[in-house]
Amino acid sequence: MVSDIVTVFWRDWIVLKRRLPKFILSRMVAPMLYLVAFGWGLGRNIQIGSGSYIDFLVPGIMALNSMNISYNSLTPLCTERIYHKSIGEYIIAPMRPVAFIIGKIMAAVLRGLISSGIILLLAFAFGARMNITVTYIGVLILNCIIFAEVGFFAALSMDSYEELSQVNTYILLPMSFLCGTFFTTSALPDFIRIIVELLPLTHTSYLLRGIAVQSPVAWESVAVLLLYAIIGFILGRKAYNNQLK
Amino acid sequence: MITIEGLVKEFRVKNRDKKYIIKKAVDNLSLQVSKGEIFGLLGPNGAGKTTTIRMMTMEMQPTSGKILYAGRTSEADALAIKEMIGVVPQNINFDNDLTVGENMELHARLHHMPKNQRKQRIADMLDFVELSNTVNLMPRTLSGGMKRRLLIARALIHNPSILFMDEPTVALDPQVRRKIWDLIRSLAANGTTVILTTHYIEEAEALCDRVAIVNEGRLIALDTPEAFCQRMGKIAVEWDSPEGRQYRFFDTRKEAAVFAGELEHSAHIRRSNLEDAFIELTDREEGM
Repeated sequence: MVSDIVTVFWRDWIVLKRRLPKFILSRMVAPMLYLVAFGWGLGRNIQIGSGSYIDFLVPGIMALNSMNISYNSLTPLCTERIYHKSIGEYIIAPMRPVAFIIGKIMAAVLRGLISSGIILLLAFAFGARMNITVTYIGVLILNCIIFAEVGFFAALSMDSYEELSQVNTYILLPMSFLCGTFFTTSALPDFIRIIVELLPLTHTSYLLRGIAVQSPVAWESVAVLLLYAIIGFILGRKAYNNQLK
Repeated sequence: MITIEGLVKEFRVKNRDKKYIIKKAVDNLSLQVSKGEIFGLLGPNGAGKTTTIRMMTMEMQPTSGKILYAGRTSEADALAIKEMIGVVPQNINFDNDLTVGENMELHARLHHMPKNQRKQRIADMLDFVELSNTVNLMPRTLSGGMKRRLLIARALIHNPSILFMDEPTVALDPQVRRKIWDLIRSLAANGTTVILTTHYIEEAEALCDRVAIVNEGRLIALDTPEAFCQRMGKIAVEWDSPEGRQYRFFDTRKEAAVFAGELEHSAHIRRSNLEDAFIELTDREEGM
């Protein structure tokens, strides 16, 4: 099974390697705008606790960016499934479905991490200060896994690219702004806050922010993220099986 | 040997009233394919040929029924069976982000071909289909005929003992079609079992040892192309009448000539072929 996972990952690595300069450049645009607009411009004079707003902002941007990149890394599967039918090559191969899912998720995680690395470099260039630990990277990976699974599930379940973009519009976009990325959830009305605090991105934002300022790790949030990752995997497996029906 | 027992595939489809109805794409199909045989599945569009192939290659699960490969079921031994089958799909399904060579390598890796054999085997297969100079090209830059030949080369990389070909020559010009026929014959001569679907009757007649005629998911008849023709009568008389084109079949040319002589219209006498059998059988089925 390991060799099959490597094969699936190899395919995505070949494609990424060919487009790496374009990938890096394009992934710099959105975080750069966030940092300029919210960090440098709007947030220059805002103090959050004892730190600056940019220190508060960067973990949130990393959380939302790793979410978007991991999700969008696997959405082309929808085209491969519906239009090019190239996913059939994997289905007829002597390979366990789990190997396909893991290989694809690993490739999406790699993209998410490269993108997060870019943000980190930009953030330091913008003067942010934060503590990056193994746990910090672990939480980022977990976040990438969850949203890669969402992307995998959506790409194998939606019947068109239009439907797929609705996931972006109705789920990812609101989460990008509301899940503790640009401001704390305590500012939200109670009925929204309760829902928002159940969402994985909120837990990722708070975990990253906490680790960045050397606060104790909120392990219950890690447990919530793990639970989301398990559910995402089960849904991904189900979506793959549905291809055979 | 491949044995299909009572294969059924049902789909839930929405009707005009937006209510779900069950549509049977394959209906209680049973047949056997022998080792080394070129076996044809022949039928009009929507007959269930592709669905049958997709179930046989485990791309789709049957609603009920069994598919056995040398006594092993596709559910219990899926991975082992998949190792020995190759598939040439109806749709050109290359990975458009990979070059021709990378597409071939992906297939070789997915079929667990050892690293030290991959490069040579890919070169051999591309050479076999006369596409050696395309290794660094993107598949979208190839012509339709080249893509079809490449699909065959890809399916053969791991040296499958059973090859499924779903409409392998659809929309190809006659020269390329003949080239692919030669390829298929050479594979069968080397012991590969070939199962192909086609709606080109002359293709089935030219290539297949046996042909199963299917319509609306059901097996109508199964025999050799020669036996189908003999069953109808070896000689056909064909003429045009106000009701449309008419046919009659006879065992001898003499009988046919006598009959043609009595007709008021001019008639054409020729050997009967699989197309005659196909039209007779599928028309009869639709008239039922």
